[in-house]
Amino acid sequence: MRRSIAALLGIVGGMLAGAAFIRRQAAHRERADLYFEDGSMLSLTSGSPGAERLLPLAREVIRTTRST
Amino acid sequence: MDAKQALADLTEISSQIQAAVVFDDQGKVAASTLEDSRRSDELAKAAGGLLAAADEIKTGESALTQLEVATGDGSVFVVRTGKTVIAATTGSNPTAGLVFYDLKSALRTIKPAAAKKPAVAKKTATAAKKKTAARKPATRKKPDAS
Repeated sequence: MRRSIAALLGIVGGMLAGAAFIRRQAAHRERADLYFEDGSMLSLTSGSPGAERLLPLAREVIRTTRST
Repeated sequence: MDAKQALADLTEISSQIQAAVVFDDQGKVAASTLEDSRRSDELAKAAGGLLAAADEIKTGESALTQLEVATGDGSVFVVRTGKTVIAATTGSNPTAGLVFYDLKSALRTIKPAAAKKPAVAKKTATAAKKKTAARKPATRKKPDAS
């Protein structure tokens, strides 16, 4: 009984960890990294106002290179 | 080295780069990996717009020199040195450090020609050739001497 409960908890824990990992990966997939002359860097993740402005422009750039 | 040759070398060195364009701060295209000049202009315009939008986001006094925007379809890289800009697109999950390094190297080789007027650039290129020719014998002598 204890073994099956432990196994069940392990499976649920693994599923939650996997879901968190996938969500984190997806969040990192779309982002904008800006590098400045003084060496500083600003990373804008998807959902932030800055990224929401830059992402459509970047998609437009990619679309331009791939259109026939 | 002219911009076209620099881009040819760039795409040969970096397998991650799918398309690239070199243009100035006015949007005038110096070279592009795209064969169609209209599409090259569109690419330069779109990349210039991206850079301008990113310029507005900056928080401090320091100037924006390079950026990477990663989307689900791929990434866009833009590097600026003075008035010369190079923009490139890659597939998903590129090695950003390597791409930036290759773009900066390419920009360094084409910078003198793109920054100056064509006549001056021609003289510079000739002078560079002469310098290279003058240095070559010295380089060859080294292995013989040691």
